[in-house]
Amino acid sequence: MQKTFWGYRRENRRVGVRNHVIVLPVDDLSNAACEAVAHNVKGAMAIPHPYGRLQFGADLDLHFRTLIGAGANPNVAAVVVIGIEDQWTKKVADGIAATGKPVTGVGIELHGDHDTIMRASKAAKEYVQWASERRRVECDLRDLWISTKCGESDTTSGCGANPTVGDAFDKLYEAGCTLVFGETTELTGGEQIVAARCRDDRVRAQFMAMFDRYQDVVNRHKTSDLSDSQPTKGNIAGGLTTIEEKALGNIQKIGRKCVIDGVLDKAEVPTGPGLWFMDSSSAAAEMVTLCAASGFAVHFFPTGQGNVIGNPILPVIKICANPRTVRTMSEHIDVDTSGLLQREITMGEAGDKLLDMMFRTVNGRLTAAEALGHREFVLTRLYESA
Amino acid sequence: MIHCVLHDPNDSVAVVVVEGVKAGATLTGLVLDEDRTITLPCVEDIPLGHKVALRDMAPGDTVVKYGVDIGKVVQPIRTGQHAHVHNIKTKRW
Repeated sequence: MQKTFWGYRRENRRVGVRNHVIVLPVDDLSNAACEAVAHNVKGAMAIPHPYGRLQFGADLDLHFRTLIGAGANPNVAAVVVIGIEDQWTKKVADGIAATGKPVTGVGIELHGDHDTIMRASKAAKEYVQWASERRRVECDLRDLWISTKCGESDTTSGCGANPTVGDAFDKLYEAGCTLVFGETTELTGGEQIVAARCRDDRVRAQFMAMFDRYQDVVNRHKTSDLSDSQPTKGNIAGGLTTIEEKALGNIQKIGRKCVIDGVLDKAEVPTGPGLWFMDSSSAAAEMVTLCAASGFAVHFFPTGQGNVIGNPILPVIKICANPRTVRTMSEHIDVDTSGLLQREITMGEAGDKLLDMMFRTVNGRLTAAEALGHREFVLTRLYESA
Repeated sequence: MIHCVLHDPNDSVAVVVVEGVKAGATLTGLVLDEDRTITLPCVEDIPLGHKVALRDMAPGDTVVKYGVDIGKVVQPIRTGQHAHVHNIKTKRW
Protein backbone atom coordinates (compact mmCIF):
# COMPACT_ATOMS: atom_id res chain seq x y z
CA MET A 1 0.00 0.00 0.00
CA GLN A 2 1.14 3.55 -0.73
CA LYS A 3 2.41 5.43 2.32
CA THR A 4 1.65 8.96 1.20
CA PHE A 5 -1.09 10.98 -0.48
CA TRP A 6 -1.52 14.54 -1.74
CA GLY A 7 -3.53 16.74 0.59
CA TYR A 8 -3.99 20.28 1.86
CA ARG A 9 -2.04 20.87 5.07
CA ARG A 10 -4.06 23.38 7.13
CA GLU A 11 -2.95 25.96 9.67
CA ASN A 12 -3.51 23.50 12.57
CA ARG A 13 -1.48 20.74 10.78
CA ARG A 14 -4.58 18.66 9.96
CA VAL A 15 -4.73 17.44 6.36
CA GLY A 16 -7.72 17.87 4.07
CA VAL A 17 -8.41 16.29 0.70
CA ARG A 18 -10.73 19.03 -0.59
CA ASN A 19 -10.33 22.80 -0.65
CA HIS A 20 -13.84 24.11 -0.04
CA VAL A 21 -14.87 27.66 0.79
CA ILE A 22 -18.19 27.28 2.59
CA VAL A 23 -20.97 29.71 3.48
CA LEU A 24 -22.41 28.32 6.69
CA PRO A 25 -25.75 29.37 8.19
CA VAL A 26 -26.05 29.39 11.97
CA ASP A 27 -29.81 28.96 11.62
CA ASP A 28 -32.63 28.25 9.17
CA LEU A 29 -33.31 31.97 8.70
CA SER A 30 -29.87 32.52 7.19
CA ASN A 31 -30.12 29.89 4.46
CA ALA A 32 -31.40 32.35 1.85
CA ALA A 33 -28.49 34.77 2.37
CA CYS A 34 -25.97 31.91 2.29
CA GLU A 35 -27.40 30.60 -0.97
CA ALA A 36 -27.33 34.10 -2.46
CA VAL A 37 -23.64 34.44 -1.55
CA ALA A 38 -22.85 31.07 -3.13
CA HIS A 39 -24.69 32.26 -6.23
CA ASN A 40 -22.68 35.50 -6.35
CA VAL A 41 -19.27 33.95 -5.73
CA LYS A 42 -18.26 31.05 -7.95
CA GLY A 43 -16.54 28.34 -5.97
CA ALA A 44 -18.23 29.19 -2.66
CA MET A 45 -20.62 26.52 -1.38
CA ALA A 46 -23.67 27.18 0.80
CA ILE A 47 -24.57 24.50 3.34
CA PRO A 48 -28.24 25.08 4.20
CA HIS A 49 -29.97 23.24 7.06
CA PRO A 50 -33.29 23.59 8.91
CA TYR A 51 -32.28 24.25 12.56
CA GLY A 52 -30.59 26.61 14.99
CA ARG A 53 -33.40 28.48 16.74
CA LEU A 54 -34.53 28.05 20.37
CA GLN A 55 -32.43 24.96 20.92
CA PHE A 56 -31.03 24.56 24.44
CA GLY A 57 -28.89 22.35 26.66
CA ALA A 58 -27.18 19.31 25.15
CA ASP A 59 -29.12 19.72 21.89
CA LEU A 60 -27.76 23.25 21.46
CA ASP A 61 -24.25 22.09 22.39
CA LEU A 62 -24.48 19.46 19.64
CA HIS A 63 -25.73 22.07 17.16
CA PHE A 64 -22.74 24.31 17.82
CA ARG A 65 -20.32 21.38 17.91
CA THR A 66 -21.59 20.15 14.52
CA LEU A 67 -21.43 23.56 12.81
CA ILE A 68 -18.04 24.44 14.29
CA GLY A 69 -16.74 20.96 13.47
CA ALA A 70 -17.96 21.21 9.88
CA GLY A 71 -16.22 24.57 9.45
CA ALA A 72 -13.08 23.32 11.19
CA ASN A 73 -12.88 20.21 8.98
CA PRO A 74 -9.57 20.23 7.08
CA ASN A 75 -11.43 19.78 3.78
CA VAL A 76 -12.55 23.38 4.29
CA ALA A 77 -10.10 26.17 3.43
CA ALA A 78 -12.12 29.15 4.65
CA VAL A 79 -15.60 29.91 6.00
CA VAL A 80 -18.19 32.69 5.90
CA VAL A 81 -20.70 32.26 8.74
CA ILE A 82 -24.10 33.98 8.52
CA GLY A 83 -26.61 34.09 11.38
CA ILE A 84 -29.75 36.05 12.16
CA GLU A 85 -28.04 37.79 15.10
CA ASP A 86 -24.44 38.51 16.05
CA GLN A 87 -23.83 36.56 19.24
CA TRP A 88 -24.39 32.98 18.13
CA THR A 89 -22.83 33.91 14.77
CA LYS A 90 -19.69 35.03 16.61
CA LYS A 91 -19.69 31.87 18.72
CA VAL A 92 -19.65 29.66 15.60
CA ALA A 93 -17.12 31.86 13.75
CA ASP A 94 -14.78 31.98 16.76
CA GLY A 95 -15.02 28.21 17.22
CA ILE A 96 -13.92 27.65 13.62
CA ALA A 97 -11.25 30.38 13.78
CA ALA A 98 -9.51 28.44 16.57
CA THR A 99 -8.10 26.23 13.77
CA GLY A 100 -6.30 29.26 12.36
CA LYS A 101 -8.19 29.24 9.06
CA PRO A 102 -9.78 32.42 7.65
CA VAL A 103 -13.33 32.96 8.97
CA THR A 104 -15.77 35.88 8.73
CA GLY A 105 -19.04 36.06 10.68
CA VAL A 106 -21.92 38.22 9.46
CA GLY A 107 -25.18 38.93 11.31
CA ILE A 108 -28.42 39.84 9.51
CA GLU A 109 -30.26 41.92 12.16
CA LEU A 110 -29.89 45.72 11.76
CA HIS A 111 -28.69 45.09 8.19
CA GLY A 112 -31.21 42.98 6.28
CA ASP A 113 -30.46 40.38 3.65
CA HIS A 114 -29.15 42.77 0.96
CA ASP A 115 -26.39 44.32 3.06
CA THR A 116 -25.59 40.95 4.65
CA ILE A 117 -25.24 39.31 1.25
CA MET A 118 -23.01 42.13 0.04
CA ARG A 119 -20.66 41.96 3.04
CA ALA A 120 -20.57 38.16 3.04
CA SER A 121 -20.02 38.03 -0.73
CA LYS A 122 -16.99 40.33 -0.48
CA ALA A 123 -15.42 38.06 2.15
CA ALA A 124 -16.29 34.90 0.21
CA LYS A 125 -14.76 36.30 -3.00
CA GLU A 126 -11.46 37.02 -1.22
CA TYR A 127 -11.49 33.52 0.31
CA VAL A 128 -12.19 31.74 -2.97
CA GLN A 129 -9.26 33.49 -4.64
CA TRP A 130 -7.00 32.86 -1.65
CA ALA A 131 -8.01 29.18 -1.51
CA SER A 132 -7.36 28.77 -5.23
CA GLU A 133 -3.66 29.28 -4.54
CA ARG A 134 -3.40 26.61 -1.81
CA ARG A 135 -1.42 23.66 -3.15
CA ARG A 136 -1.57 19.97 -2.37
CA VAL A 137 1.54 18.64 -0.63
CA GLU A 138 2.71 15.09 -0.09
CA CYS A 139 1.41 13.89 3.29
CA ASP A 140 1.97 10.78 5.37
CA LEU A 141 -0.88 8.27 5.17
CA ARG A 142 -1.12 8.50 8.97
CA ASP A 143 -2.50 12.02 8.55
CA LEU A 144 -5.60 10.68 6.80
CA TRP A 145 -8.83 10.30 8.82
CA ILE A 146 -11.38 7.85 7.33
CA SER A 147 -14.98 7.30 8.44
CA THR A 148 -17.49 4.61 7.52
CA LYS A 149 -21.24 4.10 7.63
CA CYS A 150 -23.38 1.92 5.35
CA GLY A 151 -26.85 2.57 3.95
CA GLU A 152 -29.75 0.98 2.09
CA SER A 153 -28.05 -2.22 3.12
CA ASP A 154 -29.15 -5.62 1.97
CA THR A 155 -27.73 -9.08 2.46
CA THR A 156 -25.01 -8.44 -0.12
CA SER A 157 -23.73 -5.66 2.15
CA GLY A 158 -22.88 -8.20 4.84
CA CYS A 159 -21.13 -10.62 2.50
CA GLY A 160 -19.58 -8.20 0.01
CA ALA A 161 -19.46 -4.43 0.46
CA ASN A 162 -19.09 -4.22 4.25
CA PRO A 163 -16.29 -6.79 4.61
CA THR A 164 -14.51 -4.95 1.78
CA VAL A 165 -14.47 -1.90 4.05
CA GLY A 166 -13.41 -4.18 6.91
CA ASP A 167 -10.43 -5.45 4.94
CA ALA A 168 -9.42 -1.87 4.06
CA PHE A 169 -9.92 -0.74 7.68
CA ASP A 170 -7.65 -3.54 8.93
CA LYS A 171 -4.92 -2.31 6.55
CA LEU A 172 -5.45 1.38 7.39
CA TYR A 173 -5.44 0.64 11.12
CA GLU A 174 -2.09 -1.07 10.77
CA ALA A 175 -0.84 1.96 8.82
CA GLY A 176 -1.67 4.24 11.77
CA CYS A 177 -4.69 6.09 10.36
CA THR A 178 -7.59 7.52 12.38
CA LEU A 179 -10.83 5.62 11.74
CA VAL A 180 -14.43 5.81 12.96
CA PHE A 181 -17.66 3.82 12.78
CA GLY A 182 -20.95 4.28 14.63
CA GLU A 183 -24.68 3.59 14.10
CA THR A 184 -25.46 2.65 17.68
CA THR A 185 -28.83 0.91 17.23
CA GLU A 186 -27.59 -0.93 14.16
CA LEU A 187 -25.28 -2.94 16.37
CA THR A 188 -28.30 -4.55 18.09
CA GLY A 189 -27.67 -8.28 18.12
CA GLY A 190 -23.97 -7.84 17.52
CA GLU A 191 -23.17 -5.57 20.48
CA GLN A 192 -21.29 -8.30 22.33
CA ILE A 193 -19.05 -8.84 19.29
CA VAL A 194 -18.26 -5.11 19.25
CA ALA A 195 -17.73 -5.08 23.03
CA ALA A 196 -15.27 -7.96 22.71
CA ARG A 197 -13.26 -5.90 20.21
CA CYS A 198 -12.80 -2.95 22.61
CA ARG A 199 -9.25 -2.16 23.68
CA ASP A 200 -9.90 -2.61 27.43
CA ASP A 201 -12.61 -2.75 30.09
CA ARG A 202 -12.83 1.04 30.32
CA VAL A 203 -13.58 1.44 26.59
CA ARG A 204 -15.92 -1.57 26.75
CA ALA A 205 -17.90 -0.02 29.62
CA GLN A 206 -18.13 3.31 27.75
CA PHE A 207 -19.34 1.54 24.60
CA MET A 208 -21.95 -0.51 26.47
CA ALA A 209 -23.23 2.60 28.30
CA MET A 210 -23.77 4.31 24.91
CA PHE A 211 -25.41 1.18 23.50
CA ASP A 212 -27.74 0.73 26.49
CA ARG A 213 -28.71 4.40 26.51
CA TYR A 214 -29.76 4.20 22.86
CA GLN A 215 -31.73 0.97 23.51
CA ASP A 216 -33.61 2.89 26.22
CA VAL A 217 -34.51 5.58 23.66
CA VAL A 218 -35.92 2.91 21.33
CA ASN A 219 -37.79 1.17 24.13
CA ARG A 220 -39.24 4.44 25.45
CA HIS A 221 -40.61 5.62 22.09
CA LYS A 222 -41.36 2.46 20.14
CA THR A 223 -44.90 1.51 19.18
CA SER A 224 -43.94 -1.81 17.59
CA ASP A 225 -40.89 -4.03 17.12
CA LEU A 226 -39.60 -1.34 14.73
CA SER A 227 -40.15 -3.70 11.81
CA ASP A 228 -41.37 -0.68 9.81
CA SER A 229 -38.22 1.34 10.51
CA GLN A 230 -35.28 -0.84 11.41
CA PRO A 231 -34.67 -2.77 9.17
CA THR A 232 -35.99 -0.20 6.68
CA LYS A 233 -38.42 -1.05 3.90
CA GLY A 234 -35.46 -0.91 1.53
CA ASN A 235 -33.46 -3.30 3.71
CA ILE A 236 -36.40 -5.76 3.75
CA ALA A 237 -36.89 -5.50 -0.01
CA GLY A 238 -33.20 -6.36 -0.27
CA GLY A 239 -33.66 -9.50 1.83
CA LEU A 240 -32.67 -8.37 5.35
CA THR A 241 -35.16 -9.80 7.84
CA THR A 242 -34.24 -8.69 11.38
CA ILE A 243 -32.21 -5.98 13.13
CA GLU A 244 -29.84 -8.70 14.36
CA GLU A 245 -29.09 -9.81 10.80
CA LYS A 246 -28.60 -6.20 9.71
CA ALA A 247 -26.28 -5.53 12.67
CA LEU A 248 -24.09 -8.55 11.99
CA GLY A 249 -23.68 -7.36 8.42
CA ASN A 250 -23.00 -3.83 9.62
CA ILE A 251 -20.12 -4.79 11.91
CA GLN A 252 -18.26 -6.46 9.05
CA LYS A 253 -17.08 -2.90 8.37
CA ILE A 254 -14.68 -2.95 11.32
CA GLY A 255 -12.71 -5.82 9.87
CA ARG A 256 -11.18 -8.63 11.82
CA LYS A 257 -8.00 -7.20 13.28
CA CYS A 258 -8.53 -3.59 14.28
CA VAL A 259 -9.34 -2.84 17.89
CA ILE A 260 -11.76 -0.20 19.17
CA ASP A 261 -9.42 2.21 20.90
CA GLY A 262 -11.98 4.69 22.19
CA VAL A 263 -15.51 6.06 21.99
CA LEU A 264 -16.75 9.48 20.89
CA ASP A 265 -19.87 11.47 21.60
CA LYS A 266 -21.64 12.83 18.50
CA ALA A 267 -19.39 15.22 16.53
CA GLU A 268 -16.58 14.83 19.08
CA VAL A 269 -13.04 14.99 17.68
CA PRO A 270 -10.76 11.95 18.21
CA THR A 271 -7.62 12.60 20.26
CA GLY A 272 -5.35 10.10 18.54
CA PRO A 273 -5.05 7.47 15.82
CA GLY A 274 -6.85 4.13 15.89
CA LEU A 275 -10.43 2.96 15.51
CA TRP A 276 -13.12 4.99 17.29
CA PHE A 277 -16.79 4.23 17.91
CA MET A 278 -19.07 7.28 17.68
CA ASP A 279 -22.48 7.13 19.35
CA SER A 280 -24.74 8.13 16.47
CA SER A 281 -27.94 7.72 14.55
CA SER A 282 -27.97 5.10 11.81
CA ALA A 283 -29.67 7.53 9.40
CA ALA A 284 -27.12 7.98 6.61
CA ALA A 285 -26.96 11.75 6.24
CA GLU A 286 -27.01 12.37 10.01
CA MET A 287 -24.13 9.97 10.60
CA VAL A 288 -21.99 11.19 7.68
CA THR A 289 -22.56 14.80 8.76
CA LEU A 290 -21.37 13.91 12.28
CA CYS A 291 -18.26 12.30 10.76
CA ALA A 292 -17.57 15.54 8.87
CA ALA A 293 -18.01 17.50 12.10
CA SER A 294 -15.56 15.18 13.89
CA GLY A 295 -12.90 16.09 11.35
CA PHE A 296 -12.86 13.04 9.07
CA ALA A 297 -11.61 13.71 5.54
CA VAL A 298 -12.98 10.83 3.45
CA HIS A 299 -15.86 8.40 3.91
CA PHE A 300 -16.43 4.74 2.94
CA PHE A 301 -20.13 4.10 2.27
CA PRO A 302 -21.07 0.53 1.40
CA THR A 303 -24.57 0.05 0.00
CA GLY A 304 -26.67 -2.86 -1.17
CA GLN A 305 -29.90 -1.50 -2.64
CA GLY A 306 -28.27 1.80 -3.67
CA ASN A 307 -28.25 4.72 -1.24
CA VAL A 308 -27.34 7.84 -3.25
CA ILE A 309 -26.03 9.99 -0.35
CA GLY A 310 -23.24 12.54 -0.50
CA ASN A 311 -21.97 15.25 1.83
CA PRO A 312 -20.87 18.82 1.09
CA ILE A 313 -17.61 18.47 3.04
CA LEU A 314 -16.70 14.79 2.97
CA PRO A 315 -16.15 12.89 -0.28
CA VAL A 316 -18.34 9.78 0.08
CA ILE A 317 -17.00 6.68 -1.72
CA LYS A 318 -19.76 4.16 -2.52
CA ILE A 319 -18.97 0.46 -2.48
CA CYS A 320 -21.49 -2.09 -3.74
CA ALA A 321 -21.49 -5.88 -4.17
CA ASN A 322 -25.08 -6.28 -5.37
CA PRO A 323 -24.82 -7.09 -9.09
CA ARG A 324 -28.30 -5.71 -9.82
CA THR A 325 -27.60 -2.37 -8.09
CA VAL A 326 -24.23 -2.08 -9.84
CA ARG A 327 -26.08 -2.59 -13.12
CA THR A 328 -29.15 -0.40 -12.52
CA MET A 329 -27.52 2.45 -10.49
CA SER A 330 -24.00 2.44 -11.88
CA GLU A 331 -23.68 6.24 -11.83
CA HIS A 332 -23.73 6.15 -8.01
CA ILE A 333 -21.18 3.37 -7.43
CA ASP A 334 -17.44 4.13 -7.11
CA VAL A 335 -16.22 0.61 -6.29
CA ASP A 336 -17.89 -2.56 -7.59
CA THR A 337 -17.03 -5.62 -5.50
CA SER A 338 -19.82 -7.88 -6.78
CA GLY A 339 -17.11 -10.24 -8.01
CA LEU A 340 -16.73 -11.36 -4.39
CA LEU A 341 -20.06 -13.17 -4.54
CA GLN A 342 -18.99 -15.22 -7.56
CA ARG A 343 -15.54 -15.98 -6.10
CA GLU A 344 -13.96 -13.95 -8.94
CA ILE A 345 -11.93 -11.82 -6.49
CA THR A 346 -10.72 -12.41 -2.95
CA MET A 347 -11.56 -10.22 0.04
CA GLY A 348 -7.99 -8.96 0.09
CA GLU A 349 -8.27 -7.94 -3.56
CA ALA A 350 -11.61 -6.22 -2.88
CA GLY A 351 -10.07 -4.25 0.00
CA ASP A 352 -7.16 -3.24 -2.22
CA LYS A 353 -9.58 -2.12 -4.93
CA LEU A 354 -11.29 0.16 -2.39
CA LEU A 355 -7.93 1.48 -1.15
CA ASP A 356 -6.91 2.25 -4.73
CA MET A 357 -10.10 4.29 -5.14
CA MET A 358 -9.48 5.92 -1.77
CA PHE A 359 -6.03 7.13 -2.88
CA ARG A 360 -7.44 8.39 -6.20
CA THR A 361 -10.23 10.19 -4.33
CA VAL A 362 -8.08 11.83 -1.66
CA ASN A 363 -5.62 12.89 -4.36
CA GLY A 364 -8.44 14.78 -6.08
CA ARG A 365 -10.74 12.48 -8.08
CA LEU A 366 -14.39 13.43 -7.58
CA THR A 367 -16.64 10.72 -6.16
CA ALA A 368 -19.89 9.78 -7.90
CA ALA A 369 -21.81 11.67 -5.20
CA GLU A 370 -19.69 14.80 -5.69
CA ALA A 371 -20.08 14.68 -9.46
CA LEU A 372 -23.85 14.24 -9.09
CA GLY A 373 -24.13 17.16 -6.63
CA HIS A 374 -25.20 15.20 -3.55
CA ARG A 375 -24.63 17.50 -0.56
CA GLU A 376 -26.83 16.10 2.19
CA PHE A 377 -26.01 18.02 5.37
CA VAL A 378 -28.30 16.84 8.16
CA LEU A 379 -28.03 17.94 11.77
CA THR A 380 -28.85 15.45 14.53
CA ARG A 381 -31.42 16.75 17.03
CA LEU A 382 -31.69 15.35 20.55
CA TYR A 383 -35.15 16.72 21.51
CA GLU A 384 -37.72 19.51 20.92
CA SER A 385 -36.78 23.18 20.75
CA ALA A 386 -37.83 25.37 23.69
CA MET B 1 -22.12 -20.31 -10.93
CA ILE B 2 -22.55 -19.51 -7.23
CA HIS B 3 -26.28 -19.17 -6.44
CA CYS B 4 -26.04 -18.46 -2.73
CA VAL B 5 -23.46 -17.82 -0.01
CA LEU B 6 -23.13 -18.91 3.63
CA HIS B 7 -21.09 -16.94 6.13
CA ASP B 8 -20.54 -19.84 8.51
CA PRO B 9 -20.82 -23.61 7.99
CA ASN B 10 -23.34 -23.79 10.86
CA ASP B 11 -25.72 -21.21 9.35
CA SER B 12 -29.34 -22.28 8.87
CA VAL B 13 -29.89 -19.85 5.98
CA ALA B 14 -27.91 -18.75 2.92
CA VAL B 15 -28.13 -15.57 0.82
CA VAL B 16 -29.19 -15.84 -2.83
CA VAL B 17 -26.69 -13.76 -4.84
CA VAL B 18 -28.06 -14.09 -8.38
CA GLU B 19 -31.29 -13.08 -10.06
CA GLY B 20 -33.82 -15.60 -11.37
CA VAL B 21 -33.58 -18.40 -8.77
CA LYS B 22 -36.68 -20.58 -9.38
CA ALA B 23 -38.43 -23.42 -7.57
CA GLY B 24 -37.05 -26.80 -8.66
CA ALA B 25 -33.49 -25.56 -9.18
CA THR B 26 -30.47 -27.13 -7.54
CA LEU B 27 -28.42 -24.39 -5.94
CA THR B 28 -24.65 -24.18 -5.48
CA GLY B 29 -23.78 -22.47 -2.20
CA LEU B 30 -20.37 -20.95 -1.38
CA VAL B 31 -19.19 -21.22 2.21
CA LEU B 32 -17.33 -17.92 2.66
CA ASP B 33 -13.93 -18.22 4.35
CA GLU B 34 -13.77 -21.96 3.67
CA ASP B 35 -13.72 -21.60 -0.11
CA ARG B 36 -15.85 -24.74 -0.59
CA THR B 37 -19.29 -25.25 -2.04
CA ILE B 38 -22.43 -27.19 -1.10
CA THR B 39 -25.53 -28.03 -3.10
CA LEU B 40 -29.15 -27.78 -1.99
CA PRO B 41 -32.62 -27.98 -3.51
CA CYS B 42 -34.68 -24.83 -4.04
CA VAL B 43 -38.45 -25.28 -3.60
CA GLU B 44 -39.63 -21.66 -4.03
CA ASP B 45 -38.71 -18.73 -6.28
CA ILE B 46 -36.28 -16.58 -4.27
CA PRO B 47 -35.24 -13.02 -5.24
CA LEU B 48 -31.64 -11.81 -5.28
CA GLY B 49 -30.50 -10.95 -1.75
CA HIS B 50 -33.18 -13.00 -0.03
CA LYS B 51 -32.48 -16.11 2.04
CA VAL B 52 -32.96 -19.79 1.35
CA ALA B 53 -33.42 -22.19 4.29
CA LEU B 54 -30.65 -24.77 4.63
CA ARG B 55 -32.66 -27.00 6.99
CA ASP B 56 -36.19 -27.61 8.27
CA MET B 57 -37.08 -25.26 11.14
CA ALA B 58 -40.05 -25.08 13.53
CA PRO B 59 -41.63 -22.05 15.24
CA GLY B 60 -39.46 -20.97 18.17
CA ASP B 61 -36.24 -22.23 16.59
CA THR B 62 -33.31 -19.82 16.41
CA VAL B 63 -32.16 -18.77 12.94
CA VAL B 64 -28.38 -18.77 12.59
CA LYS B 65 -26.41 -16.59 10.15
CA TYR B 66 -22.76 -15.47 10.51
CA GLY B 67 -22.75 -18.34 13.05
CA VAL B 68 -24.87 -16.09 15.29
CA ASP B 69 -28.53 -15.79 16.40
CA ILE B 70 -30.38 -13.45 14.01
CA GLY B 71 -33.96 -14.08 15.21
CA LYS B 72 -36.68 -16.65 15.76
CA VAL B 73 -38.81 -18.77 13.46
CA VAL B 74 -42.53 -17.83 13.61
CA GLN B 75 -43.90 -20.10 10.82
CA PRO B 76 -42.61 -23.58 9.86
CA ILE B 77 -39.82 -23.45 7.26
CA ARG B 78 -38.70 -26.35 5.04
CA THR B 79 -35.28 -26.78 3.47
CA GLY B 80 -35.10 -24.84 0.21
CA GLN B 81 -37.90 -22.42 1.11
CA HIS B 82 -37.76 -18.64 1.12
CA ALA B 83 -36.82 -17.46 4.66
CA HIS B 84 -37.80 -13.84 5.37
CA VAL B 85 -40.15 -11.56 7.33
CA HIS B 86 -43.14 -13.90 6.76
CA ASN B 87 -41.55 -16.69 8.79
CA ILE B 88 -38.75 -15.03 10.87
CA LYS B 89 -38.93 -12.21 13.46
CA THR B 90 -36.47 -10.30 15.62
CA LYS B 91 -35.95 -11.36 19.24
CA ARG B 92 -35.23 -7.72 20.17
CA TRP B 93 -37.44 -4.69 20.69
